[in-house]
Amino acid sequence: MSAPPDLARGVLVIRPLGWLTGGRISMRLSRRTLIACMGMGTASLVLMLMSLVSGDYGLPFSEVARALSGRGDGMAGMIVLEWRLPRALLALLLGAALGVSGAIFQSLTRNPLGSPDIIGFSAGAHTGALVVMLIFSGGYYETAVGALGGGIATAVAVYALTWRQGVDGFRLIVVGIGIAAMLSAANVWMIRKAELQVAMSAAMWAAGSLNGLGLDRLLPAALALALLMPAALMLARPLRQLELGDDAAMASGVSPERVRVCLALVGVALVALVTAAAGPIGFIALAAPQLARRLVRSAGVALVPSALMGGLLLIASDWAAQHAFGFQLPVGVMTFNVGGLYFIWLLVSEARK
Amino acid sequence: MTRDRLHADAVTLGYGERIIAHDLSVSIPDGSFTIIVGPNACGKSTLLRALSRLLPPSRGDVILDGGSIGRLPAREVARRLGLLPQSSIAPDGISVADLVARGRYPHQSMFRQWSPADRDAVAAAMMSTGIADLADRPVDELSGGQRQRVWIAMVLAQQTPILLLDEPTTFLDIAHQIELMDLLADINSAGRTVVAVLHDLNHACRYATHLIAMREGAVVAEGRPERIVSEALIERVFGLACAIIADPVTGTPLIVPRRRRPSGGGSGDARPRGDPARRPAGGSAESIFQLKDEDQP
Repeated sequence: MSAPPDLARGVLVIRPLGWLTGGRISMRLSRRTLIACMGMGTASLVLMLMSLVSGDYGLPFSEVARALSGRGDGMAGMIVLEWRLPRALLALLLGAALGVSGAIFQSLTRNPLGSPDIIGFSAGAHTGALVVMLIFSGGYYETAVGALGGGIATAVAVYALTWRQGVDGFRLIVVGIGIAAMLSAANVWMIRKAELQVAMSAAMWAAGSLNGLGLDRLLPAALALALLMPAALMLARPLRQLELGDDAAMASGVSPERVRVCLALVGVALVALVTAAAGPIGFIALAAPQLARRLVRSAGVALVPSALMGGLLLIASDWAAQHAFGFQLPVGVMTFNVGGLYFIWLLVSEARK
Repeated sequence: MTRDRLHADAVTLGYGERIIAHDLSVSIPDGSFTIIVGPNACGKSTLLRALSRLLPPSRGDVILDGGSIGRLPAREVARRLGLLPQSSIAPDGISVADLVARGRYPHQSMFRQWSPADRDAVAAAMMSTGIADLADRPVDELSGGQRQRVWIAMVLAQQTPILLLDEPTTFLDIAHQIELMDLLADINSAGRTVVAVLHDLNHACRYATHLIAMREGAVVAEGRPERIVSEALIERVFGLACAIIADPVTGTPLIVPRRRRPSGGGSGDARPRGDPARRPAGGSAESIFQLKDEDQP
């Protein structure tokens, strides 16, 4: 008896460069996932082009295209290549980082509320960054280290306070919300106690903004992501297996505790990276994985669609924050408002279950 | 005598300070349908966890193919030995085919996520469990019996020569229990070693080729059900007085409980199966029999 090609409908098996790799590289995904991912990618590119074209200094598309190909005149070239393009790319990359981080923690806690901005990891990174900025007057890299340290310390604290012969996802979220509230209070207090000049810049940063961020921010962030994203993707398979429960995962050859620690480190590092580069940008990590899940109809949250959705949400929010109101808003304010609405909807729909 | 592929040698098992079994040795005959029975909290599920590498013994060792199971690479163990735990979680909205495909994990890698061998194993597992028609259905929409067959298909797709199942018939009605036991017997006669922890003694006697009876962390008796099951054994293992007759269908031992012992009080502990915490007793056939029992002189 020969088996049918694939028992499930709408499923594609992809073997890139099959003639070269002899089928050693292969993956299986639904047609819907592929189309949705391509759609999100296209939408992101369109928004990126819109960000390049729009602004106070109006540039027609032809001018932008010439600047992108390196043949633009001085002013247009500088605006496109040094201001607008790095900002748009940062929005995409940081959004993707937030999407993946949210997907990791939502999958680990098995709860759509278990995202780093709810369970305190973002607030912890924020605290760590503030301590470095206000007390040690550190620069970009010191702030990044501070954010990473704050995020990890918070994760350890939340995990330790939740531990009762294992960690229950729901209890972790409740503990995390409490820790997040305490840390937010500490953050406000730190800014109030700081000298006016420093406090002003810290408060500006604390709103979460991509304003004025250029190549000097983009390159280190891109490098860090070049390390963290493959790490996250390598852990995606064991993460999916963990959704079946620890026993089933272990029986299929996964070491639950080790995988969880690695995933938590990668997830916290992603949040810390965003916090250091642009300040705390809320709700992308919460909303992107769930919106992506509904779009691709995946079982559980999936990393790649969450990354694409995160990038799309952040670049869309940033474009809107810059151009929709006639004056510039920090993108963090935008995502907090849009995300707040999503959060209410999520709470209501979860409560109905 | 060559030793079986899977055996536990003088293992001490427990969780933290609490010791469940001490100096326990068990061997799973190759090619057998081994069923482990015993009263609640006798350590049968704990033994299964140890046999499947989920619980490392504090002393002694579990041996798979001549090597300590704890020292073999996890992935290697998962290719030889599959486990259906008591509680597994189906991710929200997952389809039957996707859940069965998760059983292929130990055969895949980061780059090779789906090979023709994966496809064939998933298809074969779904056909032999009779769920091929359900491939695209979301698992949440299935009935309890169908869902349990999906989980078994997932473990089958793992294509391991040894299969361990922890109370696979819990939550199923009698017809689905029999259907599932028949399926496991088929899987066994197709050449795999099957080990199951079971509550129902009569199912165990009917299907097991090798029965292990446990009490308080120790093996009381093991062997072919026809050879070892006696009124004395059931009394000793479960504290239950019973008569044993030949099953009119299969000729295997059939355990018929006698009425409760006079000293037994009202707790109903002597019932052979059923975990009171999981099976609400209200209105069950058992309570009707008890009433009749008390009415009789």
